[in-house]
Amino acid sequence: MDIVDVLLIGLRVVATFALLLVVTILNVWAERKVVADMQNRIGPDRAGPWGILQTVADGLKLFFKESVTPSKVERGVYLAAPFLAVVPAFLIFSVVPWGAPVEVFGRTMPLQVADLNVGLLFILAMSSMAVYAVVLAGWSSGSKYPLLGGVRATAQAISYEAAMGLAMVAVVMYSATTGDGTGTLSLAELVERQAGTFLGFIPRWNIIPQFVAFAIFLVAIVAETNRAPFDLVEAEQELVGGFHTEYSGMRFAMFFLAEYINVFSMSAIAATLFLGGWNGPTWSGILPAWISAILPVFWLLVKTYAIVFVFFWIRATLPRLRYDQLMQLGWKRLIPGALAWLMVSALFIGFRRFGLPWG
Amino acid sequence: MVELIVFVVGAVVALGGAVAVVVARNPVYSALGLLATLFSLGVFYVVHLAHMVAAVQIIVYAGAVMTLFLFVIMMIGVDRSEDTSETIPRHRIYLAVLAVGLLAVAGAAATGGRFSWVPAAVEGAETPNGTVQALAERLFTDWVLAFEVTALLLTIAAAGAIALAYFRREPVTEGDDR
Repeated sequence: MDIVDVLLIGLRVVATFALLLVVTILNVWAERKVVADMQNRIGPDRAGPWGILQTVADGLKLFFKESVTPSKVERGVYLAAPFLAVVPAFLIFSVVPWGAPVEVFGRTMPLQVADLNVGLLFILAMSSMAVYAVVLAGWSSGSKYPLLGGVRATAQAISYEAAMGLAMVAVVMYSATTGDGTGTLSLAELVERQAGTFLGFIPRWNIIPQFVAFAIFLVAIVAETNRAPFDLVEAEQELVGGFHTEYSGMRFAMFFLAEYINVFSMSAIAATLFLGGWNGPTWSGILPAWISAILPVFWLLVKTYAIVFVFFWIRATLPRLRYDQLMQLGWKRLIPGALAWLMVSALFIGFRRFGLPWG
Repeated sequence: MVELIVFVVGAVVALGGAVAVVVARNPVYSALGLLATLFSLGVFYVVHLAHMVAAVQIIVYAGAVMTLFLFVIMMIGVDRSEDTSETIPRHRIYLAVLAVGLLAVAGAAATGGRFSWVPAAVEGAETPNGTVQALAERLFTDWVLAFEVTALLLTIAAAGAIALAYFRREPVTEGDDR
């Protein structure tokens, strides 16, 4: 561990931070454009070419607006809640490998802030921390609509985190069929184990054997990020704005930023767990070396944006669920479904390794 | 050096949170203090390279404080503070005796040289990679019976809680929405 190593770690942190901010600016614009196209509207088209600078303009506007503090709020918690929302949002992405390891100054640098060997548990821990921001914002606002939004957020997060975790367990179990025969919770290792192909031409992605787990995971992350059709936390028609009703200016923008970062990082995690992460053809030897080195980043972004597009798509097409429907879907469909799928895949993995019980 | 700084910061947060749990007038702040304490314990586990324990600490314990928030909001309400009048007579005296006893035990341990500074993540220590695998191997080979019995115990506890709360003597009438 010399000075170059420390600098490289710093570089990774800064690069990840910058990546998240840039994609958030693009995602807000992209969502408005995609939803506008689907609803036969034009969408933002004034700021910059195709309106691409719209988010920058909105961000600047929010930055200069007054941050109103209503008189009935619990001051300390009210002021801290937006920061509590942003910090876990950035931290979740720190375990996602967003490119193949590259050679810099004669050392191999993984393109990921930290390769934790408990990476998946870290994701679950941080997403359970993120709920506190919503609940505390709702409670400290001293107003009834935010409070209802906060309480809804708790129930929703607890319900869907279980389904999300169970879908992850199936992936971890399946990862034991490759590599050294034990499962792994490290995202970098999960990506490496998805390299190669089935039958010579189908990529060895987890989505092919674990398609049910992928479907459950996809529904659970939409609910976990409080996006439509699961955005009961901030349902406009019922709760004004939900937990952020009383927030304005930069503090409101921070909740907004956290939501969009969560959408991106949850999509990146889904791409990493099920779509092979940064695996993809790099044509090393045919293309120049530097292009081969950054192609994995490109592949991960393509896969992530495929899932982000699904987020936008269902927001434009599906109506919001009623609260009891949300709970029924979570507890009576997704969790039993995930448990049943876990049993099925455990049986198949067991048969593959130990043979049939009558064989 | 870094370890010492992390320890001091973590210890201050953990103790401050613990004091806030007892002192805070508003039970929401008590729950927040508990959250701070449990989170700092997670930080200590990371310093000691027990990443798995740290992650579990945050998911299980710090995550469970959320339920406390709900209890506070549902049972006490938002704008009323907790009723702090005492129901057990002379309980301050009993508590004082207990606290002095606990302090005496801790002091005796400290002066007896039982406490020593154990450096955590020393250079070239056992690599943390493989903690989960090592833990699973112990859990599912040497301790599999204890593990399964504990799981059964938790299931019984959950089923018992539902039975106590849900089933009553009197028959449930049609349309009775509990």
